[in-house]
Parts: sequence; C-alpha cells; structure tokens
Amino acid sequence: MSENTIKTPENLVYEKTSVMTDRVLHYCPGCGHGTAHRMLAEAIDELGIQGDTIGVAPVGCSVLAYYYFDVDMQEAAHGRAPAVATGIKRVLPEKYVFTYQGDGDLAAIGTAETIHACNRGENILVVFINNGIYGMTGGQMAPTTLEGMKSSTSPRGRDVKTMGNPLKITELVAQLPGTYFVTRQSVHTPANVRKTKKALKKALEYQKLNKGTCFVEVVANCPSGWKMTPVQSNKWMEENMFPYYPLGDIKVPEK
Amino acid sequence: MKGNEALAEAAIRAGADAYFGYPITPQSEVIEYLMRENPADRTGMQVLQAESEIAAINMVYGAAGCGKRVMTSSSSPGISLKMEGVSYIAGAELPCLLVNVVRGGPGLGTIQPSQSDYFQAVKGGGHGDYKMIVLAPATVQESVDYVKLGFELAFKYRNPVMILSDGIIGQMMEKVELFEQQPRSKEEPEWATVGKKEGKDSVIVTSLQLQSEEQEKVNLRLQAKYREVEKNEVMYETYNCEDAEYLFAAFGSCARITRKAMEMARKKGIKVGLIRPQTLYPFPADAISELSERMKGILTVEMNAGQMVEDVRLAVNGKTPVEHFGRFGGVIPSPEEILEALEQKIIGG
Amino acid sequence: MTEEIIIAGFGGQGVLSMGQILCYGGVMQGKEVSWMPSYGPEMRGGTANCTAIISDDQISSPVLNEFDTAIVLNQPSMDKFEDAVKPGGLLIYEENGMTRKPKRTDINVCSIAAYDESVRMNNTKVFNMIVIGGFLKVKPILELNKVIDGLKKVLPERYHHLVPLNEEAIYKGMDIIKSEHKAD
Repeated sequence: MSENTIKTPENLVYEKTSVMTDRVLHYCPGCGHGTAHRMLAEAIDELGIQGDTIGVAPVGCSVLAYYYFDVDMQEAAHGRAPAVATGIKRVLPEKYVFTYQGDGDLAAIGTAETIHACNRGENILVVFINNGIYGMTGGQMAPTTLEGMKSSTSPRGRDVKTMGNPLKITELVAQLPGTYFVTRQSVHTPANVRKTKKALKKALEYQKLNKGTCFVEVVANCPSGWKMTPVQSNKWMEENMFPYYPLGDIKVPEK
Repeated sequence: MKGNEALAEAAIRAGADAYFGYPITPQSEVIEYLMRENPADRTGMQVLQAESEIAAINMVYGAAGCGKRVMTSSSSPGISLKMEGVSYIAGAELPCLLVNVVRGGPGLGTIQPSQSDYFQAVKGGGHGDYKMIVLAPATVQESVDYVKLGFELAFKYRNPVMILSDGIIGQMMEKVELFEQQPRSKEEPEWATVGKKEGKDSVIVTSLQLQSEEQEKVNLRLQAKYREVEKNEVMYETYNCEDAEYLFAAFGSCARITRKAMEMARKKGIKVGLIRPQTLYPFPADAISELSERMKGILTVEMNAGQMVEDVRLAVNGKTPVEHFGRFGGVIPSPEEILEALEQKIIGG
Repeated sequence: MTEEIIIAGFGGQGVLSMGQILCYGGVMQGKEVSWMPSYGPEMRGGTANCTAIISDDQISSPVLNEFDTAIVLNQPSMDKFEDAVKPGGLLIYEENGMTRKPKRTDINVCSIAAYDESVRMNNTKVFNMIVIGGFLKVKPILELNKVIDGLKKVLPERYHHLVPLNEEAIYKGMDIIKSEHKAD
C-alpha cells in the first residue's frame, strides 16, 4: 500500500502541526510532556506566529524541547529561563516569548527568577509542567512533591517537618500584580487537553496586547518517576495531585 | 569623568542595545548613571536592574542570543555569581561585554581596590574549557575605549569579553575624550534567535551536546578560535625598555603606580623598564619572553598575592629571575615600596 | 608643574567636591588631572579624603603616599596626613575643631578659619570654597576664572545662581589665610 492510498481524506483525522519537528520525542511512554508540547505548538500554529515566536527551554526532562518545537529557541541554565526570556523580550518586544519549565527548574532553583519576572510583569508566557518529581535526574524530590510522597531523596515519603511543604508557586505568582492570567490545567483526558490548549492560546493573545505575565501550569504525570503504569499514574494524579493542586483558572483578567 | 560613569556613557555611545545589572560597590555608578541618563530616549538602549547578578547575566544571555550588543557590570562577589552564565555564554558562543570593577576578596572581602580576580578572569572562573578575552584598562580613557573595542571583539569572535577594571579606575576621575555616538546595529546575525525564517531551519542557542564526540568538536572549534585570538589580539605597552636592565610587569591601575616607581628608580640611576599588558588574555607572552632575554630580572607588581606572575614565569621560562611584589586585601602599594621591592628582590637578590 | 594634593576631613565638609573643582579647573586650563576619592563606609558621615593631581605632564599613579599639599579639615585628618607632606611642601589646616598644631618644622604651614568665615557669610556650604581660595592664594597654580568654570561643572545647573557667592568665598579665603610657619 502506498502512502497516498493511506492519506485519503476519510483516513486523515489528525495532522501533525508544522510547529513541531519530525524528531522522535525522547519522553517516557505515557508522559504528559509530549501532549503539552503539542498543545503549545498547535496554539502557536493556529495564531500564525511561528516566525515571531522565541522559546526558552529549561534544564530538566524538557531540556531538549528545542529539538521538538520548530521555532527559534534558546537553552537556558537551570532555573534561569525567565531571566533569559526577559533578556529576549526586552530587546525584541514585538516577538512572542515563552519559557517551558518543570517544577525543579521553576519552583526550586529558579524561584527568584520566576517570581521577579512575574513581579515585573514581563510580557512572556511561562509554561510550568508540574509532575511533583525530578524526572531527568531519576526521581528525586521536587519542591512540589506531595506530603508523604516517596522519591529517591524522600524514600520514606516527604516529611514536611524536615523537608518543607509542597510549594504552590502558581497561587503565589497569582498574588503578584505583574501577572495577568494564571491558570492550572492538565493533559490527561481529551477534555483537559482541549482546555490546556485554549489557555495557552489565550495567554499568547494576551501577550500581543502587552498585558503582563501569563502563567499556565500543567499538572502532569510521571509514570517512570512515580513507578506506575501510565494509566495508574493518571488515576493517582487525579486522586492525589488534583486535591492539592486543583485545576482551573486562578487569576483571570477583569472584564 | 568618573571611571564607572565613563564606562556607562561609553556603552550608550558604542550602540549597546541593553544593559542588565545589579548594584554592588564599587561599581554601582554604572547602573546609576544609565538609569539617570535613560538611554531608551537617546538610542533605544534598554536598561534593567535585575533581581540578582545571576538573573542579570542570564538576561544578557537571552538578549545576546538575539544578536544584540549587551553589557553587564559588577564587582568581584557579583562576578562570581555571574560565572555560571559566563560559561553558558562561552559555550553557546554568544558575544557580550562584562565589566569587573575588582575589589578585595575572598568572600565578601573589602570594597577597596584589588586585582585578585586575575585568575578568575584569565583562567576560567566558570566551568569548562573556555576563555574570555580580558582587557585591562589603566586609565579612564582606556575604560571608554575598551567598551567600544570590547563589543567589536565580542562580535568578531562570538565570545564574552571582560573589562577587568578595579576600584581605583572605577572611582577616579580624569580627563577623557568620548568617541562619537555609534548607531545601534540593525543586523540580524544568522545565529541569532529573532524568529524562524520561512524555509529555513529554526535557530537554536545552546551549550548542550549529549554526545561526547559532538562536545569534543565544540571544544576543538573553541580552541581554534582561541588560537586566532592569541594570534591577532595581543595588546601591551612598554616604557623605557630600550636600555633597561630590569623590568617591571604590571597591569591596570597598578601599572600606573609602578610607573611612578620606575620614574623614581630612573632618578636613582636604576635602569628599569615596564611592560603593561593591556590584554590579559591573550597574554603578551612573546613580548615578555623576548624582553626577558636582556633583563637581569623581572618584578611583577600586582594588587594580589601573585597571579599574573605565573603567566610571566611561563613566558620567561627560566631565562631570568621573576619575582612578585603585591599588596592585597584592598591595600594599594606605594611607589616607594615597589622601588624597595625591586632593589631587594631583584637587584639585591 | 605637577601639584599633588590630598584633601581630608569629615563627610559633608565638601572634601570630595573641592578636589573635583580644582581638577575641573585644571581641565579648563588644559592641564592633565586625576581625582581619586576614598570611598566606602567613610563616605557616609565619617572621614573622607580625595587625592587631586594637576599636572602639565601625563599623570602616572592616581594614588600617592606623599603630597605637595595636604589640606586637612579635622584633627583625625591632620594626624593621618601631616607626615605625608613632602619636605618643603604645604599643610593647610582649618582652625575650627583642631586640638593641636602641626608638629613638623620642615614644611610650610598655613591655617584658615574657614568655618567661622562661612558662618559670617551666612552660608556654611561655601566653607570649602573659602578653603580653596586660601590654597590658591598660597599656591596660585590655577587661574581664578578657570576654577569658577570648574565649579560650574561640579555644581548642578539649578544652583548656578550661587556662583557669585562662591566666588566671593574664594576671595574671602584668600584674605583670611594665615602663614603659621615657613619651612626650615
């Protein structure tokens, strides 16, 4: 069977957006990163801003995000993506600038950069993938790791008395006057995927209007780090992550 | 003009696109001057006080990655914080200009002038096999001229350039001639992230290579670049070396104090000359090697415990004795004690 | 001609700006100049000093240990810099607040009651200009109009109406400076 006989209109249900490259994603099976990447790429595509978008990749599982997004990208040092994005946006104010960061990058080592970029109201989009664990380095405790949750550096579960509490940084940045739109979404069901994409698209539209920092958290699963099957991890996320990190808009523009 | 303010004015005039910094004594006048002057109105140059030196250098990385002329400045403890970013900038081969108005260390140290960051500037500072081009001004005039030169070299080699000043040059005032306002560049270098061009590959600014072989290629390319820098960019000045039997080697403000000591020595009939490296990397090793052949001894004078002396010894390679005299911790050596050190360590030694 | 000057006193006495005014005056007269302040915690209320060098030739070291002239405006400054005057050099001290006279006999010593004079002029801000006047009387290294031009550079535009008052202060300083001792 040739390719053409497969690519008939009735067979075509879903086409890959041109804002994603053809490289094979390195993410583990069932990981939320791939879907989150795709939603951001589709949002950029639909707004027609591929040539005007500059992304900043973090250090963490998505360190190679620049291989997958077909837009100009910079790789930042660990935690510094909001500062790098500030530098880009200040010299290219007409461009769309986003950072894509995990919880260790954004809410531990890069807390100062995150809070101050939001506090200045930098006109950037911060995409925050929160899976409560350090995936790339092999499952260590993250700032967002839940109380009692086991990781390689909290093998008996996170003891908040000695290890601190899981950090709700998204609620924290929502308090800052510099943020314009702050929301928490997920990508574990088709309905949630659609909501996430809508939020990302809205955030980029606000950026065009110079409204301030838009902050989109995506609560995601980490089957490898949590040592579960993808299906188990999604169920675990619903039962444990969402009660502590409830989905929905946290700060929406005043009408 | 005051040295630090002259640096700031020179940055505006050199057509800088942005400055990101964080206050620290003795260089806060740089950002104060820029904020007062508000270059956004004059040239469109952006100035931002970051939340930390770490954020500032990463803002530099971001803006430099867009092909812009970017500068930051700090003093020793702040420069240590910036070193992570400098390593990334060197690795990603981005151009930028850093100024270190050096104060005494280690740690919080003192706010008084020092040259104790020579090793940090010349030998690395951050991690990995990289080099910064290091310019050492001895006058306020040179501070100004090196801002322009620094940007040129940074873009010529796509490499970080550091102006290694100190508390004396930063705080002192002297006569200075400012160059004419240069226009800000409108060029978009092909390596800059300014938005993906239709039909072209997207641009990626990164210092990461997952394959060792790929990283080795990067290292080899960097080393080839550094050899070019060493071949083309060495700058130094010599004074009274024609008939000299002894030689002083000193850089920056310390070279001026040493010149005074040289004048005093000449009055006493001691035939001593002075070599002042203007680039600390690339180091004028050949010139020192050549001079050393006809010298009875060389004294390096530094406001540190002996750093440049190691490079001088490497250059001299045993051909003549090399000694070091220094005051440190923010203490400035006097011409009298420099002369005494020459007499005791080199002539008498 | 090379004149190496140290000016020292309390923060707020206008020590740093005295050096700047002399240096700007030097620039106006086509001379090479260098001004180097002490900086740091002492800037905030303690003792302050600056080195001013005015020369016909290129200036090597901006920091020095020996000076042609020391202008000391309080006792700690006299204690610190009396010994730093070159033999045959000049020491000018402000009378007010001094607890002892200079000890050295191999230097020229002058005193000036600049503070009292500034009170008489109803403006203690011109204190430092009175001292500059006294210095220029003893060592006329710069033309007076050039020093006034220098003052205009240091003084923000909005205070330029005070220039005549400062000029008057310079003349007063020239009148009231007293020679205490001639170098042996």
